[in-house]
Amino acid sequence: MAPVLELRGITKRFPGVLANDHIDLTVEKGEIHALLGENGAGKTTLMNILYGLYHPDEGEIFVNGQKLDVHSPIDAIKSGVGMVHQHFMLVPVFTVTENVMLGEEYVKAGGILDRTKAANKIREISNTYKLDINPDAYISDIPVGMQQRVEIIKLLFREANILIMDEPTAVLTPQEVEELFKIMHTMIEKGKSIIFITHKLGEVMEIADRITVIRGGKVVGSTTPAESNLNDLASMMVGREVNLEVEKSESVPGEVIFEVENLKVLDPMGALAVNDMSFKVHAGEVLGIAGVQGNGQTELVRAITGLLQAVDGEVRLCGQNITHLSPRKITEIGSAHIPEDRQKDGLVLGFPIADNLVLNTYYLEPNSKFIWIDQKSINENGKKLVENFDIRTPSPFVPVSNLSGGNQQKVIVAREFSRPIKFLVASQPTRGLDVGSIEYIHKRLIEKRDEGCAILLVSTELDEVMQLSDRIAVVYRGKVLDILEAKNATKELVGLLMAGIIPSEEEKQKLLAKKKQILMT
Amino acid sequence: MEKTTENKKKSLSVFWDEFSSSNFLVILLAIFTGILLGGVLVAITTNEVYDAFRVSIWSGLGTALRTAWNTYVALFTGSVGDPEKIRLAFASGDQLAIRRAINPFFESLVQSTPYIFGGLAVALGFRAGLFNIGVEGQIFIGAATGVWAGYAIEGLPTIIHIPLAMLFGALGGALWGFIPGLLKAKTGAHEVITTIMMNYIAFRLVDWLLKFPMKDPNEFTPKTPWILETAKLPRLFDTPIRFHIGFFIAILMAVAVYYLLFKTTWGFELRMVGSNPNAARYAGVKITKTTILAMVLSGALAGMAGANEVLGVNYRLLPAFSSGYGFDSIALALLGKTHPLGVILSSLLFGFLRNGARSMQLAVGVPIDIVSILQAVILAFIAAPAIIRTIYRLREPKHKEDLVSLRSWKG
Repeated sequence: MAPVLELRGITKRFPGVLANDHIDLTVEKGEIHALLGENGAGKTTLMNILYGLYHPDEGEIFVNGQKLDVHSPIDAIKSGVGMVHQHFMLVPVFTVTENVMLGEEYVKAGGILDRTKAANKIREISNTYKLDINPDAYISDIPVGMQQRVEIIKLLFREANILIMDEPTAVLTPQEVEELFKIMHTMIEKGKSIIFITHKLGEVMEIADRITVIRGGKVVGSTTPAESNLNDLASMMVGREVNLEVEKSESVPGEVIFEVENLKVLDPMGALAVNDMSFKVHAGEVLGIAGVQGNGQTELVRAITGLLQAVDGEVRLCGQNITHLSPRKITEIGSAHIPEDRQKDGLVLGFPIADNLVLNTYYLEPNSKFIWIDQKSINENGKKLVENFDIRTPSPFVPVSNLSGGNQQKVIVAREFSRPIKFLVASQPTRGLDVGSIEYIHKRLIEKRDEGCAILLVSTELDEVMQLSDRIAVVYRGKVLDILEAKNATKELVGLLMAGIIPSEEEKQKLLAKKKQILMT
Repeated sequence: MEKTTENKKKSLSVFWDEFSSSNFLVILLAIFTGILLGGVLVAITTNEVYDAFRVSIWSGLGTALRTAWNTYVALFTGSVGDPEKIRLAFASGDQLAIRRAINPFFESLVQSTPYIFGGLAVALGFRAGLFNIGVEGQIFIGAATGVWAGYAIEGLPTIIHIPLAMLFGALGGALWGFIPGLLKAKTGAHEVITTIMMNYIAFRLVDWLLKFPMKDPNEFTPKTPWILETAKLPRLFDTPIRFHIGFFIAILMAVAVYYLLFKTTWGFELRMVGSNPNAARYAGVKITKTTILAMVLSGALAGMAGANEVLGVNYRLLPAFSSGYGFDSIALALLGKTHPLGVILSSLLFGFLRNGARSMQLAVGVPIDIVSILQAVILAFIAAPAIIRTIYRLREPKHKEDLVSLRSWKG
């Protein structure tokens, strides 16, 4: 029998870039096929071709042995190919049924929507695949994990047989990830096929039947979890030996540098996003903030960097009350900030790299004298930092928008680390970066810690928090549920807290014992 | 030997690559295409062309070409001068004849001067992410305050009176820029709306000023008194050439704006706020302060355009002062890529077109509006470089088009 999907020699050129270079990919019926690759490797281009958003320059697509010519997502859906995007395409004020129907409405006589019929079909699909979805719920009322399942239902509703899932676990708690994996298994049991796009190696090992690794637009290898291991996959993906473990020594915490006390911050809608948070960060330690996205982390970071006014509570840096100081004053006291959204807050994309490297020091000597900018000094500084921080660019004078995400992040790290700082807020420091850049940034963060800098790490990647932190504070709905010593924290325990469940002392001990047992063996 | 030619070829092709993906070429081609289309428009709106087409296709095409050619010759002689006339005048040695022959060129510069001020005003706003539609109104206020300083303040030597009158013009414009700037910074009121409204207030306010407090009592119609001799911007030649030092003041302001934007810390902040206000906030820049200051400076430059007209050309303020300079300035600032040098160049283009258009109308009877169409077509092509790139099969730019980002549109 012909494979359910076959891509042959897919080639796509963009001006100056060969995004896909003769890619072959075969997906069998009932398998989970992981497509693994760094950002910019060509995964997204390939999937956009399959989904009809781009047209390939060369190559052919076969579905069930039949040649397919896709010109738009509508063609793709007709031939049974559906995509769950990383960012959901849902209307929050509509119900599940209405969202699922959107674009393929069931109508009664007279053009009236037949919600009942659609809801029944959704219920049926939900039961078959154990999705546990209430068709009448409003999207804005259901958690992210369930919203993702609505996206899946949308595809099943249109009878898709091949589901492309683009980084589906990025927004989920560990528990939700397990749920999702269960659902994926159910789906393949019922004969669906899944293409699972990711750069998270652990998940690939756990769920994939087969793995195809793409690098620089080419397929560099095809394997199965049984025949491979994490380090091999990482090396294949990056093209060199990679060390996945963050090497760090025991931290030597010094005095308290940074302190938050009973902090309360409102979100733009006026709701309490940070609700009475308190914690301390010592010199020479990394305090990790773990939590699912949207539990107050953004507002917390903005408040302690002066970008948002707190409504109550106090923030102290080096013994100074900084609660109501301006961002510039806070920076001058010795605080650095790697912002969550580097393109929105951290960089001026149209400015040259050199100028971005002095974005918050342009007014100080030697970058300026009196009212004049000293461009020569700024350019010198740019050249130096580009070299020291290994920013890959033809020149420090090209706009920072020309750089890849990883190199853009390096620009921010270079800028913040090249001035004397005592405290660093790193918010999602490796979001969307490739393995090589992640490795680099982790190393730099630990170096900074060892120099005696106090670091507050905010990340929704549980693995990252677990690897880097000396202590872990888990936030849930604007509150710190618990602060754990890293050595006492297990993934399960942190995961439970992230979901808002506070385990009893007994359960905690059990989880800890389990961890010790694993370590022993 | 062969290798050097190959190298030459290579470096040539590299040059072509760079050049063909640059914005400069797009602008040149946009102007060229605009002129081409303008010629077609002239031809299809001329009756003789249709008459000639009735005779034969060739005679029709010939007439069409000739008509377009004559139009552009008239445009050229009207804006730069007739080379033959200039040659004859110099040969005769008659001073008045020489001045008459070279007058079109200098008159074009006179027309360009307010454009430079206005274009700089818009460009400065753009760089700070502000869309100053209020240049026209700021020009009116600047003209009113400038002319007042010109006729009402007596007993000053020229060396003080001229700068003072220009300063008054700048202050008037600055006030008219400050109000929308303050509203934007403090309440978030969109400057496009507020500056448009400020325009109407300015027009009517100046009408009122001319009818009552500033009216020359010796006149029946609303006009201000003549400004004093000490406030007149000196002219560099005798009549009929009206060319005055305002042009050099404008160039000086362009240099000043260039230094301000690209060489000072404040310009760095302003450009940062303009291209990414979030990052500017993150970097510790006070956005409200920068916004207000940018609007004040933008208004001041516009006010100088108004003062320049009353102190250098008209010597008094009349109700029909409205010239549309302010609105053209928005377009030419974009044409000049919001760079002071680009503003100067596009102001010259607009000034020469505007001046040439008049004699074009006199000489060949082509309506003056054809120049407006020409300007519009050129600007449309510049605003949509993709069209030009498609027509001439140019490469995509290597760097993203440095489009002016207007944070205003997102509020």
